[in-house]
Amino acid sequence: MSNKDDIRRYKDGERLHHWIVAVTFILLAMSGLALFHPSLYWLTNLFGGGQWTRILHPFIGLVMFVSVMVLMVRFWRHNLVNRDDLRWIRYLPDALHKREGRLPPVGRYNAGQKIIYWSTVIGMFLLLFSGLIMWQPYFAPVFPIGLVRFAILVHAFSAILLMMVIILHIYAAIWVKGSLQAMVKGTVSRTWAKKHHPLWYREVTQEERK
Amino acid sequence: MASMQSLDIKNRSATSLPSPSVRSHTELAKLIDVSKCIGCKACQVACMEWNDLRGPVGENTGVYDNPQDLNEHTWTLMRFSEVEPDDFSFEWLIRKDGCMHCDDPGCLKACPAPGAIVQYANGIVDFISEKCIGCGYCIAGCPFDIPRLSRADNRAYKCTLCSDRVAVGLEPACVTTCPTGCITFGTKEDMKQQAVLRIADLNSRGYDNAGLYDPPGVGGTHVMYVLQHADRPGLYHGLPEDPRISPMVGFWQGITKPLAIGALALLAMASFLHFIKHGPNVAEEDDDAPSRDKTRDRKEESSHVE
Ligand code: HEM
Ligand code: SF4
Repeated sequence: MSNKDDIRRYKDGERLHHWIVAVTFILLAMSGLALFHPSLYWLTNLFGGGQWTRILHPFIGLVMFVSVMVLMVRFWRHNLVNRDDLRWIRYLPDALHKREGRLPPVGRYNAGQKIIYWSTVIGMFLLLFSGLIMWQPYFAPVFPIGLVRFAILVHAFSAILLMMVIILHIYAAIWVKGSLQAMVKGTVSRTWAKKHHPLWYREVTQEERK
Repeated sequence: MASMQSLDIKNRSATSLPSPSVRSHTELAKLIDVSKCIGCKACQVACMEWNDLRGPVGENTGVYDNPQDLNEHTWTLMRFSEVEPDDFSFEWLIRKDGCMHCDDPGCLKACPAPGAIVQYANGIVDFISEKCIGCGYCIAGCPFDIPRLSRADNRAYKCTLCSDRVAVGLEPACVTTCPTGCITFGTKEDMKQQAVLRIADLNSRGYDNAGLYDPPGVGGTHVMYVLQHADRPGLYHGLPEDPRISPMVGFWQGITKPLAIGALALLAMASFLHFIKHGPNVAEEDDDAPSRDKTRDRKEESSHVE
């Protein structure tokens, strides 16, 4: 599939970083869901039992939080929302029906990707603060019970919303062929770039011409 | 406590199917007549003795409450309150604090570990410690602030209502030891009748508001109080007036869970359906892909103008 002529989209460090976030997220989702719903309690077996699941989850959470923060700093500039993004949202049905030609021009990231970026960032802050407040035995005892109850609720809700966002993210990566390569090899084909991120493609080719 | 096979289980934490329940048990209850308590703490000692609990030696802070709060070694604690219920009156109210064994237990509802909290058919709510994962959700779930986590083994503890003794036909250790007959144990019906007599007696002694504390908000409790001032339970070291499972806990453990799991499953399914309807989104290879001449770029630019 790949080609010498492909465009570099992510550096090695950026991809490594992305996969740290991805792996910690999967671990957190599995350990969290294990405690969230009785029908998924068997997932605790993957972590060495209930006690270990409970112990490991918040520490993995801290790793994910720090990684997301660094990722946020790395990519925030590309994820600033502009007028075209707002228009893009209205053309979402066209995007879903593969009628890219009708979409407002897309830069390095489309509006959908920006939504995923920002929901992850906001979600991580909510999960961190609520997670700290409910964290036994270190922090929870110093907070009033009412606040702990509220934190558990916030934690569960933001976790589920984040999981929904990530399901969409994973599906988009599977659906749009050639995207996975960006996170595996760091490169994308020219046709991919032209089709899905024409403005970015123009930028890149102009750079090349200089 | 460990699981008691001779007691059938009515409710089990994080479990959706019914538990073994062929044996019939009558509901039991402990009745604590606060007006008869002299604050000798014999019950507190009996509890430690029967359950082999030895906390570290504490510090005297100038009040009778010792230790200052419930903890993993102290499953029942005498709470002393000096109050002025009416103008120019002074009373020393002593309440034996501990698990109330709610009929609708918030701890059990909140607990994520299957079978770590059970409610026996006789009404006793018990922690099965070896299944506990130490998350502390039971603490958040409890309307009475009773369970305590041990730092040593990360498990939650509280009064078992001596389920091990009750299972073999004995009464709880605190009941056996109480020198004034302030604590009695029996079927919930009997205990309610007993309370009626005690309340009548208290009424005749000028306690017009004497009454039974068996709060309906948690479905009633299997530890009940006779209070001299049942209209103001808060006088008794902040006994809640109308305890109920917090709406936040009810919401979290109620509708949220099936809805959330359903939403995740639906979204995954919708993605799959989208895939099999529309197929993968492939960017077609141009024949001239490797070349970077201007013609191609111009062609390119015009192609995404609508
Ligand atoms: C940001 C750092 C995070 C911290 C400090 C944290 C902390 C915690 C804590 C302390 C608990 C209670 C159970 C335990 O003690 O292990 C918990 C539960 C949970 N966490 Fe996290 N967490 C974090 C991130 C996440 C993320 C990213 C997700 C989602 C993928 C997540 C999903 C969950 C879920 C679903 C539960 C169970 C909630 C329930 O029982 O209703 N957490 N978390
Ligand atoms: S600390 Fe133990 S008993 Fe309490 S909710 Fe968690 S698992 Fe259940």
